[in-house]
Amino acid sequence: MRKFKEFIIEKLILICGSASIFFVALIFVFLLKEGLSLFKTVRLGAFLFGKSWYPISEPAELGILPLILGSLLVTAGAAVISVPIGVGCAVYIAEIAPGKVKEVLKGGIELLAAIPSVVLGFIGMVTLVPWVKNIFHLPTGLTALSGSIMLAFMAMPTIVSIAEDALYSVPRSYKEGAFALGATHWQTIWRVLLPAASSGILAAVMLGIGRVIGETMAVMMITGNSAVIPHTILAPVRTLTATVAAEMGEAVVGSEHYFALFAVGIVLFVISFAINVTADLFLHRERR
Amino acid sequence: MIRKSLIVITAFFFCGSAFAGNSDDSLQVKGSDTMVNLAQAWAEKYMEKNPNDLIAVTGGGSGTGIASLVSGTCDIAMSSRTVKQKEIDLAQKKGVTPNEIKVALDGIAVVVHPANPVGKLTVDQLAAVFTGKIKNWKELGGKDAKIVLLSREVNSGTHVYFKEHVLRKNDPASKEEFAPSALMLPSSQAIADEVANNPSAIGYYGMGYISAKQKALAIAPDAVAAAVEPTIDNVISGAYPISRPLLLYTGCVPQGLARKFIDFVLSPEGQQIVKETDFVPVK
Repeated sequence: MRKFKEFIIEKLILICGSASIFFVALIFVFLLKEGLSLFKTVRLGAFLFGKSWYPISEPAELGILPLILGSLLVTAGAAVISVPIGVGCAVYIAEIAPGKVKEVLKGGIELLAAIPSVVLGFIGMVTLVPWVKNIFHLPTGLTALSGSIMLAFMAMPTIVSIAEDALYSVPRSYKEGAFALGATHWQTIWRVLLPAASSGILAAVMLGIGRVIGETMAVMMITGNSAVIPHTILAPVRTLTATVAAEMGEAVVGSEHYFALFAVGIVLFVISFAINVTADLFLHRERR
Repeated sequence: MIRKSLIVITAFFFCGSAFAGNSDDSLQVKGSDTMVNLAQAWAEKYMEKNPNDLIAVTGGGSGTGIASLVSGTCDIAMSSRTVKQKEIDLAQKKGVTPNEIKVALDGIAVVVHPANPVGKLTVDQLAAVFTGKIKNWKELGGKDAKIVLLSREVNSGTHVYFKEHVLRKNDPASKEEFAPSALMLPSSQAIADEVANNPSAIGYYGMGYISAKQKALAIAPDAVAAAVEPTIDNVISGAYPISRPLLLYTGCVPQGLARKFIDFVLSPEGQQIVKETDFVPVK
């Protein structure tokens, strides 16, 4: 009887454990099934490298190059802002901050992660957007830069918490060795701890970027959503995610537009999959 | 001929079964964001008079409403544009024949910041601005500043109407598009806010959204005619050039509760509500 109970519980846990993989597989199959139908009528090259996105015209123009570049630009901007601040914050929490400050900081960062993105988007729209417009004397503040700044806030918690873990997992003996050789605290951090934790920190950065590229609501509210190839970060952009969110409601089920939005979904899936795999590679390299 | 009658028969069959499936006293109304407030007001008044009937109104955009009508998840679709041929084909494949009822009119106002010296434009100028051929306010007699175009997203009936009737001037062969640099904002309110804050912006939305924070331009149908302000009287008389019908679609000839609700909408009382929500009555 006991054995039987064990057996049931083991199997139940096995199902729970494999559920997430199962769901990912189902989602991917569905995405492929819907998205690939597009390529019966549109060439892959024309889709990926087409320069205009007019999905509801007759005939529709379904080129997502401006959308891909828009997503990449916003993400790159967010990475430039969030990586130095995030890593700096992780170093401070892991190495320098005294106990009480550390607790307050960690709590604050967890809170930042808990703010819904629509709230950040709304705050960005009423505060950041006019500010960007006035500082840079732009015709409008709905730009890639506004999106990058807001998304940097969203990537920070991920970067800080994973980078902090990586710094903690550096063996104590490294630090003691550095001190014994007469290195200052800063020299120890810069020359010993950061290089030792580098793969974990890179993984943190990749996961932070993964969070940013999939973000939808805030970018839809503050990046202006115009489908042009951006030449500067001070221009409005349209991202892949915002396009799907904004247009899914209108797309006639079974139409070219509908399949194209699923194909955009595949592109997003491939990008975030690549980012996650890269992050994973870095994490595993560290463990070895 | 035989095929056509077959479609009609199957349509009838599906209609009948669809209605049998729904409970008699609940009605789902879905679609155009422009019409949500209006339909909500109708539903409230109607339910006040018929406490046993339940009418649920949701938005999502004209396309969403029609898609739901086709897939059978709503009974009445609200739409601020006429149904497309593609959608009719798809509907008929599923045994639904969209039936159109015109319930109100809406004038589309073109708005700028109150400090903008430009007060009127012709339809041609408007088309040139929104397709990106005119890029600076200077060319329209305003200040030397780049024009910031604001548009609704493609899921908006207002976007489609503006493209077909202003940019393409009702010419089905025309290939004009919104300039790719136009900002696509997710709601009429977002356009209203941006126009209120940005002296070089120009946007468009239903007349109901005009407030003191924006200035509505007078529009002239052509270069020789006088410019007309977007007011209710001018829309009724047909003098204001950019106005559109607001429509309800049912999946077949309306019966039961849908019939009762539509009769109420077209009654003097229903049309009075149209006026109160800043739209223009059809009767």
